[in-house]
Amino acid sequence: MANPVRTEAEVLSSTPEGAYQRLVLHAPAAAPRVRPGHFATVAVGGPLSSMLLRRAFWIHRADQAAGTVELLVEERGPGSRELVRARAGERVDLIAPLGTPFPLPDGPVSSLLVAVGYAGAPLFALAEEIRRDGGEVGFMLGAASSGRLFGVAQARALTRDVLVVTEDGSAGLTGLVTDPLAQAIKAIDARVVYACGPLPLLADISRVSLELGARCWTAVETAMACGTGLCATCVLPVVGADGVSRPTRCCTDGPVFDGARVRWSEAGRVPPDPAGAAGAGAVAR
Amino acid sequence: MTPEDVDLTVPFGPLTLPNPLTTAAGCAGYGRELAKFVPLDALGSVTTRTVMSCPRAGSAVPRLAETPSGMLNAVGLPGVGIDAFVRDELPRLAELGARVLVSIAGERLEEFAEVAARLGGRAGVIGIELNISCPNSADRGLLFARNPATSYDVVRAVRRAADAQLPVYAKLSPDVASITEIAAACVQAGADGLSMINTTLGTAIDLDTLRPALAAGFGGLSGPAVRPIAVRCVYEVHAAMLAGRIPPVPIIGMGGLRTGRDALEFALAGASGVAVGTTLFNDPTAPLRILDELRTELAARGFTKFTDVVGLAHRTETPAGRTP
Repeated sequence: MANPVRTEAEVLSSTPEGAYQRLVLHAPAAAPRVRPGHFATVAVGGPLSSMLLRRAFWIHRADQAAGTVELLVEERGPGSRELVRARAGERVDLIAPLGTPFPLPDGPVSSLLVAVGYAGAPLFALAEEIRRDGGEVGFMLGAASSGRLFGVAQARALTRDVLVVTEDGSAGLTGLVTDPLAQAIKAIDARVVYACGPLPLLADISRVSLELGARCWTAVETAMACGTGLCATCVLPVVGADGVSRPTRCCTDGPVFDGARVRWSEAGRVPPDPAGAAGAGAVAR
Repeated sequence: MTPEDVDLTVPFGPLTLPNPLTTAAGCAGYGRELAKFVPLDALGSVTTRTVMSCPRAGSAVPRLAETPSGMLNAVGLPGVGIDAFVRDELPRLAELGARVLVSIAGERLEEFAEVAARLGGRAGVIGIELNISCPNSADRGLLFARNPATSYDVVRAVRRAADAQLPVYAKLSPDVASITEIAAACVQAGADGLSMINTTLGTAIDLDTLRPALAAGFGGLSGPAVRPIAVRCVYEVHAAMLAGRIPPVPIIGMGGLRTGRDALEFALAGASGVAVGTTLFNDPTAPLRILDELRTELAARGFTKFTDVVGLAHRTETPAGRTP
């Protein structure tokens, strides 16, 4: 798990990026600790806010020299709206970094980075690190429509292998990122797939990757009250290194999981066999 | 009178704690998660997530819903079980300097007693809190804390099984017809103290799915939204103690505590300890702020000792109005 700090971070800039807002925050204590895949939380509404739960956002990138942390924010309700409207000079109550980052590939291999919408925010800093280590990257960027894509230009600046897929066909191929996935993995001979997006798509991406012999690291998004490991609300059934299945916190043990260890079909439920479940039997103990 | 001069120490069983602040069970994990934000020895004590005899997976998700000034949770008491707790978690807590109140629960009386008996003589443990607000599998899933007789039985069984040196606190549910009746039963059964309150039952409907927002349907409401209920429960039980209807024991007040001002309010109502819960989700660094604010609030009113304000709202002399 990360080594988070809570800080009053000054908003240096706030710019729209398609349907999303990119916030650059001055958080010199947090910036050097950030790795690709980490997330951050923000408290909204001030110290006596009636909105008690911190909002979680992907860290797009961090710059140690500048002391900055960049968040990508999608407006979903009054809490995120406040953040989207924050102006330069305002301060936000930030906790960062949180969670487990993406592991880098073992050696200079080819990796496919797959994102749906704003969830792809952490993949660009990851791609830069993979390339710095001598690896190659390809991108598959998907969204419901062209306005909800994120990072197409950033991806094209990093590699020629960029495939855009929209559900309505308003940009790139028409369909879901999973449709051309197998072909894309084969085309760049990807040994590792990094994926961010909704759970059902992550389940499919993980399955297809594993079938083709690629390692798959998935970054999940789940509802969480704290983001810091205290509340145990954000669990997914994950098989641990000891082979035992447990409801596992996405905030401290994730959000990045080995796709092969997540029991995707049981997401949201408590299957009958993990440690401590009602009726847990030989499998668990 | 400066805030630094205020004495926050409080007695706890045979011990003196540096201050009255603890964490509410289930809101600080097993303690080590919180240690990334607050030195655990700065808190008077740390109350753990509820420990039961076996590992437990808890409820399906969604387990939470945000509500105005509060949240609903239906986490379902997930935990590692008492074996892993005493082997892995307790030694880490003791190493971090935490004074640990262990929250325990059972689906049967025997489970409460078995878990309590495992905590005697363990480094770091200063007391046991009984989460009697969980469903009682032997009594059609009703909460032990809903009924004076079952509350009595649990406290009595635990008091007999537990190390005599460890104070046993019973944590009460506000969802009862008479909190003083339950409190009296617990104290008569040997409870050394009372923790009030656990969450109160609520629900919320998700307008996207058009179904209950929580997988479990109902959940416990916590946060500032419940604070007046909590202060009322503390006040009512403390008043019953002053009136001689319940033998006097210390009360830990909790429910929506967010600031030093709230801590003072609980103390005035009769709490000699206070716990911070849901606020930790919003601000895991809150304990140090709350203690600073409590010192400031006390100093501003001319009090030098925290213990001097416990139950002060019940005083019978002519009310002087607001103290400057």
